[in-house]
Amino acid sequence: MGTYLRPADLGDAVDALAAGVAEGRPKVIVAGATDHYPARVGRVMDEDVLDLSGLEGLPSIEPREGGWLIPAGATWTDIAEAQLPPLFAGLRRAARAIGGLQIQNRATVVGNVANASPAADGVPNLIALDADVELVSARGSRRIPMAEFVTGNRATLRAADELITGLFVPEPAGLARSTFLKLGSRAYLVISIAMVAAVLVTDEQRRITSARVAVGACSAVAARLPELEGQLVGRAAAPGLEEVVRASHLAALSPIDDVRATAAYRREAAEVLVRRALAELVA
Amino acid sequence: MTAWINLSVNGQPTEVEVDPMRRLADVLRDDLGLTGTKIGCNAGDCGACTVRIDGRQACACLVPIAQAAGTDVRTVEGLAPVAEPAGFADLASLQRAFLEAGAAQCGICTPGMLMAADDLLERLPSPTEAEIHDGLGGVLCRCTGYRKIVEAVQAAAAGPLSAAGPLSAVVAGPGPLPKPGEGSVHAVGTRLPKVDGLELVTGTAAFGADPRPDGMLVVRAVRSPHARARFTIGDLGPLREKHPGLVLVLTAADIPGQNRYGIYATGKDQPALADGEVRHRGEAILGLVGEEAAIEAITDDELPITWEPLPPHLRIDEALAVDAHQLHGHAPANVLISGRVARGDVDAVRADGGLITAEVDVETTFVEHAYIEPEAGHARRVGDRIELFVSTQTPYMDRDETALILGLRPDQVRIIPSAVGGGFGGKLDLSVHPLIATAAWLTGRPVRAVWTRPESMAASPKRHPARIHASASATPDGALVSFRFHGDFDTGAYASWGPTVANRVPVHATGPYEVLNVLATTRAIHTNNPPAGAFRGFGVPQAAIAHEALMDDLAARLGIDSLEFRHRNAIHAGSRTATSQLIRASAGLRGCLEALRPQWAGLRRDALDFNAVAAMQRRPLRRGVGIGAMWYGIGNTSMTNPSTIELGLDREAVLTLYSGAVDIGQGASTVMVQIAADALGVPPAAMRLVSGDTDRTADAGKSSASRQTFVSGNAARLAGEDLRRQLLRLAEVEDAAADLATLEFAAGRAIVTESGRPSVAIDLAELPAVRATDPGATPVLLGHGTYDPKTTPLDSDGQGDPYETYAFGAQLALVEVDTELGTVKVLRIVAAHDVGRAINPTQVEGQIHGGIAQGLGLALMEAYVPGRTENLHDYLIPTVGDIPEIECLLIEDAEPSGPYGAKGVGEPALVPTAPAILGGIHDATGARITTLPATPDRVLAAIHALAPALP
Repeated sequence: MGTYLRPADLGDAVDALAAGVAEGRPKVIVAGATDHYPARVGRVMDEDVLDLSGLEGLPSIEPREGGWLIPAGATWTDIAEAQLPPLFAGLRRAARAIGGLQIQNRATVVGNVANASPAADGVPNLIALDADVELVSARGSRRIPMAEFVTGNRATLRAADELITGLFVPEPAGLARSTFLKLGSRAYLVISIAMVAAVLVTDEQRRITSARVAVGACSAVAARLPELEGQLVGRAAAPGLEEVVRASHLAALSPIDDVRATAAYRREAAEVLVRRALAELVA
Repeated sequence: MTAWINLSVNGQPTEVEVDPMRRLADVLRDDLGLTGTKIGCNAGDCGACTVRIDGRQACACLVPIAQAAGTDVRTVEGLAPVAEPAGFADLASLQRAFLEAGAAQCGICTPGMLMAADDLLERLPSPTEAEIHDGLGGVLCRCTGYRKIVEAVQAAAAGPLSAAGPLSAVVAGPGPLPKPGEGSVHAVGTRLPKVDGLELVTGTAAFGADPRPDGMLVVRAVRSPHARARFTIGDLGPLREKHPGLVLVLTAADIPGQNRYGIYATGKDQPALADGEVRHRGEAILGLVGEEAAIEAITDDELPITWEPLPPHLRIDEALAVDAHQLHGHAPANVLISGRVARGDVDAVRADGGLITAEVDVETTFVEHAYIEPEAGHARRVGDRIELFVSTQTPYMDRDETALILGLRPDQVRIIPSAVGGGFGGKLDLSVHPLIATAAWLTGRPVRAVWTRPESMAASPKRHPARIHASASATPDGALVSFRFHGDFDTGAYASWGPTVANRVPVHATGPYEVLNVLATTRAIHTNNPPAGAFRGFGVPQAAIAHEALMDDLAARLGIDSLEFRHRNAIHAGSRTATSQLIRASAGLRGCLEALRPQWAGLRRDALDFNAVAAMQRRPLRRGVGIGAMWYGIGNTSMTNPSTIELGLDREAVLTLYSGAVDIGQGASTVMVQIAADALGVPPAAMRLVSGDTDRTADAGKSSASRQTFVSGNAARLAGEDLRRQLLRLAEVEDAAADLATLEFAAGRAIVTESGRPSVAIDLAELPAVRATDPGATPVLLGHGTYDPKTTPLDSDGQGDPYETYAFGAQLALVEVDTELGTVKVLRIVAAHDVGRAINPTQVEGQIHGGIAQGLGLALMEAYVPGRTENLHDYLIPTVGDIPEIECLLIEDAEPSGPYGAKGVGEPALVPTAPAILGGIHDATGARITTLPATPDRVLAAIHALAPALP
């Protein structure tokens, strides 16, 4: 049996992480714990655990200078129930597609990012939202763009002595809306075969000033489609926008064959989902 | 480290000193004794452990107890307004609604469903159906097909009901329905709530993992990570030193009796613990016996095991290769057994010419039972006897097999079945039994084992993957005249129920049709995959995918309506089957098809209209309607399978039904009570039930092969009739008046009344006790019923009468295919089943719903891959949102030999679903999927393979 800490103070949490690293026993961080236990079914649990769920002073999801902060404690249900602008429509849809209500009530958005599964439903949304990951450690604090933070299958830039305090979503200049499409083989409790998150920002003439489209579960890390995004900017946000999409826009994806689908299928399905996401955003 | 945690549980302030990372579910169950909260996966995949924390539903298996500190936790034990509910009136309205709707079958998901629904109804007192789906979407159920759960939540909701009642109709068949004994209250045919229902909705039913005997040890199996390997076990001394709580390490050498078990007396091939070589991933090689904490602390890398992996056969072709290694000496060329049915000459009639012939190749994969209760139980030694409390479908076979392993006589073994949290064929094999029994025998202490979900999936048997080639020929006017079928079935590393599949499939290979010329052959082939055994339908669902694809194809090529083509060729009273058996009565397929005609026409018209609009609007969705038909022989194939049931009356005038027919959720207990009550002529509430205990009940065989209602039901009827006869004789009632006499029981007396005569009171205290199977019982009168279906052996051409009766059915599926993504949504199922007589229509509908849900899973999503899908998030079973509206049409074409005309429905309900769905996909898109499951990638690839593109 390992040690267990559930500090109320962020400073204590940071110190505990530093101490763990110094002792050569880095602590395992849990918040909602919904990814922690499934990875340990039938296994001995002897790690030292730092539980963030007792931290005080973490704000709820709230506007902050230039955007919004999703703090480390925010659950998917918090996202689903918060008053948020249309920019968050995609993330809110993801909030109701992650596990069942039981998971959504406990699992945190930050935990979804930290766990860094290629099939994490939060990640493409947060990439499309251009979010920054805010980290703190005894050494100081830093901010890393989502698109850089997740580096591979269950790999991130978080150092062992760092914890994520929140995700900062910048407010786009213009009218922003988003969507999220998830494809799986059953209605609930399903791991995505492919998914697409898209954010469009338009000016007063409904001209697209910024577009971010991210595809998940089709590469080790959810990937943006920069070429497509470039093609979208400057166009009218009007029906037929999806005609812009070309297979070549998805060429950089590297889907795999697995029990859920073939790689070829994933590539094709992702393209369909991208078209549909754009069509939905301009409907 | 441990910590003191304070929380409120069901309103009671509670304090525990535990590891702060201990799962809330474990604290509730093990530390607080609140075993109503069930554990199905420990991974948040199944929702069985759903509780409410500060009002919100949560999986108790994913919550560190430290996070529950200071919260208000509500479990199923806190739902009812009184502490120990003793009847309907004591229950919460949600619990009552579950009971009345038949929303609890096995009951293992019920506590989680109830808590999720409780959360939902508090947030949304009048939820829509979609909101109910969202509210319950995190809880899996493998029995009910969810429809009756949704119905129950609607009934309990404060708002107006959105459904008036179950979508169901009972249609009488051509035969006269035998009437239950006059003077009875006619329990048969009523929607009597489950007799074990109160325990299920209050969470008090004891499932395999619920009891924790005082002074117990646990045993954990160490399993092979390799499909095939040799292994050696090194010095266990250091392991013992490091873990003082490790009492015993069991190896193959420690098995006291025979280290070989298996279903068939001639096929005992599976070791309790492998001896030097493993033949499949997940095979047990060691048993670690000791104190629970000590056993949990041992990691696999501490074990002194040296593995030498060997090249395995993972596909049928590899096992059949000329130079393939042989898994078992008794199975040359890895062929365990072959099956064959031959009638007429399939080729001669084709050679004559003029026939239309269709061919099909079908390939299916391993399917996992995925009952929500993993295998569990405990054993205790009592002198020179051993008692096992286990989750099982077959207590009597378990008794005999356990005796062999321990080297005991069968009468030295007692099996007490737990409440069974789903079986579907998967709990017909031994599971925890060999190791708990051996460990308890050797240590003298109670020993418990609970398999983890990955362990359950790796070590339990599966549905056989099938590779089928079949062809069927018809005359231009639509008469089926020739049918050829060959199926190879991957039976995995050990025989299990492989021989049953190999024998049952050829009999059923043609489907429910009259064909004069048939050649149907099968082989069960050993590979290094997990053993494939019994799974709802014993290979018939796989075969049905082939015969129904052929029927659709022939009908299309002949220009005959698909339903009418089936109707024309349907087996009917007077038909001979492929085994030349004359079907005398109760062949209700035509009745099923006739009942489906209006919906068949209506749904197809709607689908065409929908598609016309979709094509015009250039939308990618297409709808289609498919049909599947089936038949299924009730009980064992050409083998004796008797059931005996006793009905005792004691001096206090208490009636006790001793039924060995194990209720695995399907409702066998309720059916036996209903039948026995009518046969005796008393209300069902007058009867106590003792179920399944091998010391207390006579052998009623297995809960398999859809046999309990027919075979054990007949035994229950005979037992009731026997006791009635004895009472009437004591009261000196004339035979002519026997049917009209009424019975009452009170205060040590049986009162017999016939019209025009004063009542006769029989003083039961005056009567001598008689001997019953139950040594603790002292009945003064004992009704006895034994029934064994009349069958004949099959000759070398498979000719004979393998079953006494057959169930028939047909289903329609309306599906919607997204032709750009290949996703399939089933929108509606209409199911017509000839059940002979619906003893309990609610339970019959429940079996149909549940069978459809499993058939839908088989068709669209279920694929077990050893080592890859050993959990319930990679292995997908349908959720509440995947099951469409289901309409049941119960066709009652009475079986003269059945109890009040009844047959069986457990397996039949599953068989036609996948063919109907696959037919629907074909109707919608033109693509015929024959490699299952029809996942989106396969469906899309099949659509792309069509030319030209869709209209």
